[in-house]
Amino acid sequence: MAIRSFLILFILFFFSSLNPILSLYEDQVGLVDWHQQYLGKVKQAVFHTHKTGRKRVVVSTEENVVASLDLRQGEIFWRHVLGSNDVIDGIDIALGKYVITLSSGGSILRAWNLPDGQMVWESSLRGPKHSKSLFLVRTNLKIEKDNIVIIFSNGRLNAVSCMDGEVLWEKDFEGESLKVQQVIQPPGSNLIYVVGFASSSLFEMYQINALNGELLKHESAAFSGGFLGEVSPVFSETVVALDSTGLILLTISFQNGKISFHQMPISNLVKDSFGPAKIIPSSVTGIFAIKMNAVTIVIRVKDESKLEVVEKTNHETSISDALSISEGQQAFALVQHASHEIHLRVKLAHNWDDNLLKESVKMDQHRGLVHKVYINNYIRTDKSYGFRALIVMEDHSLLLLQQGEIVWSREDGLASIIDVTTSELPVERDGVSVAKVEHNLFEWLKGHMLKLKGTLMLASPQDIAAIQSMRLKNSEKSKMTRDHNGFRKLLIVLTRAGKLFALHTGDGHIVWSHLLQSLQKSKVCQHPIGLNLYKWQVPHHHAMDENPSVLVIGKCGPSSDAPGALSFVDTYTGKELSSLSLVHSVAQVIPLPYTDSTEQCLHLLIDADKHAHLYPKTPEAISIFEREFSNIYWYSVEDDNGIIKGHALRGKCTGEVADEVCFETRELWSIVFPSESEKIIAAVTRKLNEVVHTQAKVIADQEVMYKYISRNLLFVATVALKGSVEIGSVTPEESWLVAYLIDTVTGRILHQVTHHGSQGPVHAVFSENWVVYHYFNLKAHRYEMSVIEIYDQSRADNKDVWKLVLGKHNLTSPISLYSRPDVITKSQSYFFTHSVKAIAVTSTTKGITSKQLLIGTIGDQVLALDKRFLDPRRTVNPTQAEKEEGIIPLIDSLPIIPQSYVTHALRVEGLRGIITVPAKLESTTLVFAHGVDLFFTQLAPSRTYDSLTDDFNYALLLITIVALLAAIFVTWTLSERKELQENWR
Amino acid sequence: MEKGKGVMGAGRRWAVDFSDNSTAPSSRDIPDPPGFTRASVDQDDSAVSRQKKDAEANWKAQKAWEVAQAPFKNLLMMGFMMWMAGSTVHLFSIGITFSALWQPISALQGVGKVFEPYKDNKVDLLGPKLLFIALNLGGLALGVWKLNTLGLLPTHASDWVSSLSPAQEVEYSGGGIPL
Repeated sequence: MAIRSFLILFILFFFSSLNPILSLYEDQVGLVDWHQQYLGKVKQAVFHTHKTGRKRVVVSTEENVVASLDLRQGEIFWRHVLGSNDVIDGIDIALGKYVITLSSGGSILRAWNLPDGQMVWESSLRGPKHSKSLFLVRTNLKIEKDNIVIIFSNGRLNAVSCMDGEVLWEKDFEGESLKVQQVIQPPGSNLIYVVGFASSSLFEMYQINALNGELLKHESAAFSGGFLGEVSPVFSETVVALDSTGLILLTISFQNGKISFHQMPISNLVKDSFGPAKIIPSSVTGIFAIKMNAVTIVIRVKDESKLEVVEKTNHETSISDALSISEGQQAFALVQHASHEIHLRVKLAHNWDDNLLKESVKMDQHRGLVHKVYINNYIRTDKSYGFRALIVMEDHSLLLLQQGEIVWSREDGLASIIDVTTSELPVERDGVSVAKVEHNLFEWLKGHMLKLKGTLMLASPQDIAAIQSMRLKNSEKSKMTRDHNGFRKLLIVLTRAGKLFALHTGDGHIVWSHLLQSLQKSKVCQHPIGLNLYKWQVPHHHAMDENPSVLVIGKCGPSSDAPGALSFVDTYTGKELSSLSLVHSVAQVIPLPYTDSTEQCLHLLIDADKHAHLYPKTPEAISIFEREFSNIYWYSVEDDNGIIKGHALRGKCTGEVADEVCFETRELWSIVFPSESEKIIAAVTRKLNEVVHTQAKVIADQEVMYKYISRNLLFVATVALKGSVEIGSVTPEESWLVAYLIDTVTGRILHQVTHHGSQGPVHAVFSENWVVYHYFNLKAHRYEMSVIEIYDQSRADNKDVWKLVLGKHNLTSPISLYSRPDVITKSQSYFFTHSVKAIAVTSTTKGITSKQLLIGTIGDQVLALDKRFLDPRRTVNPTQAEKEEGIIPLIDSLPIIPQSYVTHALRVEGLRGIITVPAKLESTTLVFAHGVDLFFTQLAPSRTYDSLTDDFNYALLLITIVALLAAIFVTWTLSERKELQENWR
Repeated sequence: MEKGKGVMGAGRRWAVDFSDNSTAPSSRDIPDPPGFTRASVDQDDSAVSRQKKDAEANWKAQKAWEVAQAPFKNLLMMGFMMWMAGSTVHLFSIGITFSALWQPISALQGVGKVFEPYKDNKVDLLGPKLLFIALNLGGLALGVWKLNTLGLLPTHASDWVSSLSPAQEVEYSGGGIPL
């Protein structure tokens, strides 16, 4: 008995040691993972003008990042991601040491320490009504050595102390329809002008004492023509606006409190004017620009009312803000785009005709047009002024130009990834050039000597550092060919700017990038939006010579009936093979599981009128499609009115859109959720390319449960209408959450469960026969995760071993979903500490390896959680057999093991999505997490059971082999000698 | 079993049969010397030799039965060892189970050899052989049973369906929340 209990202990120890611990050693960081930091499209940039210290630029971006960049290399000194609901309205530098940010619709003002980015103070500003936010930091506005910041937000003018964020005074502008347009502070005075429009035809001007907020003057004047859009300040007491038709320019001056209007029809200025104009606001004294269609016109204001056109151009033009270079002198930059180059001109505000600087810079076409320009001056060695310009391109990249060259560039478009797919690399052939492996024989030998020293533990600390850097820079991992294990792939990412990037999984470098023609602003497509990426052609077997390609789907404009746009891009070269402007809209894209003879995947595009369009438009594709015609269904989840509808195909389109590849659809079923009590907040299906190894699950005591594995299952979560608001604003009685499992072919609800006292947001992941979802439990005041597993009960009586041995069963024969399934579900819920940003699950080639959930936590990290923790068969006291099966005793919450953070010490700021891709090696899965930052790593959920690990002791193996060989040789010679002696005797 | 076999084998490596009682001279190559009559010798020794032979046959039969029963002890010991090993799969239990399977098989292969020494015209070896075989088969059955309790025999449905790929679905459906 003692032996037996000892053995049991041994076994338990054995099993507990099987728990995969994902932690890695310090020297393994960066071997298979990479991390890249980005900012997003720069919205505003402020140069650090402090004479001493490092040269820096502070930027705010559309991803709500505030960052300080090194002007020499473009590296990030510090960075803060404010979160998606804290949009930055403006930034500036105050007192030469604080970065002031205004965010959240003008309600939060923060100051950050310029050198290290630590927050100094924060103050919240409230106001009577929502309005435009304006932000003014002036060095000349001083109260006892303290600068003040003037902020107009939410209908209130605030003056805030720069030192501690205290509100010095405030003044409300409660006029009913007053829309404040500008806050102007004439230099050298303590006055503030607040100008705005009221009731569309009234111009209002308030003069305020900047030191105490006292209202000095209030004037208003009516203009019968009305106003359109924004105003541009040209002088300290003059602004320019457009009338409501957009055809007449108005110069409004309010000198000495007298408001006067001067009208000037644009047609008088520009001979062949066409269409309404738009003012491009600029802060340059005496100069403003208007835009009519594609024509940009720069206009100079002379004296009070004289307008003069100084430039008219068809090229895209951007104008920088004014930069005061010396007392009373303002400089500004003008950037114009001309096919392959951009022209940068820096001029003085009062002297249009001369250029301070004129440069042309060669520009890659795949960066698109210049969107913004910011300039900064420096003093050259000969005491003259030099200028550097920071430009923001159409693809959201950021470049620094100096002396006619690009000093550095940042691909900040990668901070806003919309969709990701992967592509294989080319197969290694004789012709395909392989990256240079080693420079010369000596280097090669030296490297191997170092490695040998390392394995024999003879290396000095310097050697170890050299070995580590060699390991990290291993050229093997960034090769441009396919590898045996399938670790090297291309990540194809689509960014919000409509640019496609191919990133190498080995080290994350950009292989190619392409600004898509179909997602470019054009006459037919005014506001193109990129939507999705699909694999279009995945060549293998007989179509090996073709390059793989991806399909990019976009649409023109945010409305649901906007026409779609397609692009086909070769993933090896990054060339756009073709692009299509569709006549129909794209509401749904359904990749079909069929391919034609060239391995092109068939895709069905559903438009807003519920017509289905088949791509590719080839006769072969049509014939394949018609063969499967009756078995193809589609469904739509209309989350705004709470209906899920199922459709089938009916026949070719009739009427005006008669097309070979257009098909009519008919509605089959619909599930209508009661609009007053339930609102759809999540709908999740299985990943299309997921591979499931087996349909059977063997449980303790050799029993079998058959998984209900269907591609056509949809998980839908609804919440009570009251519960669809923020957490904390409803009581547990008012809110509930219902989870449904719906068959999308027949519309049958297979399972339904209600969680009382729970609410969203719901994040869910569906894989094999289970779904895991995360929500908030109001009663317990904690987040919860639930798992539902579905099993097919109708298969459970397949217990006759002989039938199974002889294969006389119908377990693998094709099934129709119209046959009534008999399913049972098992579910369980657990508490989970974190709130969640995204959930994904690991996927492997054959689906044999056990699964891990990848949870994007609120701290922007990715946590790997074994699926075994979310097993509905867990009990408080599992039996011996269940323990052997690997069932973990049930506790009420899911463990968070610090070592199982996939991102180890790094953070993927602004985490939005996690993508898993199977490698060729069954044990390994590739994980790509994206947000503002990018992170990539390899994971082995059950450890690398199919290959030797990196820390395998090769030295010991080698020594053993050598020792054995030596022993064999020695004993052989000894025995030879002895035999000889025997023979002589 | 081993011991008995050794003793018997050593004792019977060679033998001179002094009680040759064959009465047919033609069976020999050498003719009988003149004056020698075979019949008288027969008559003299027949009683003694028959007695001797009977005793030996008895002894052989007894020994054969002993040998045949030997696996029974083995069986008991194996059973004990198996109980000690428990019902989980690990090195110890697998070793014991495989030895439990191997011993009866090797014993069954050598049935003829085991009973070789007791071969005698007068001894009926069928009974002991059958018992020996039965006991060894019992041992084998015990081994197989143990193998089964360890779950190493594909006797359950789970063993045949564990890598059954999921069934294909005829219908295909796609869609989701409109873009």
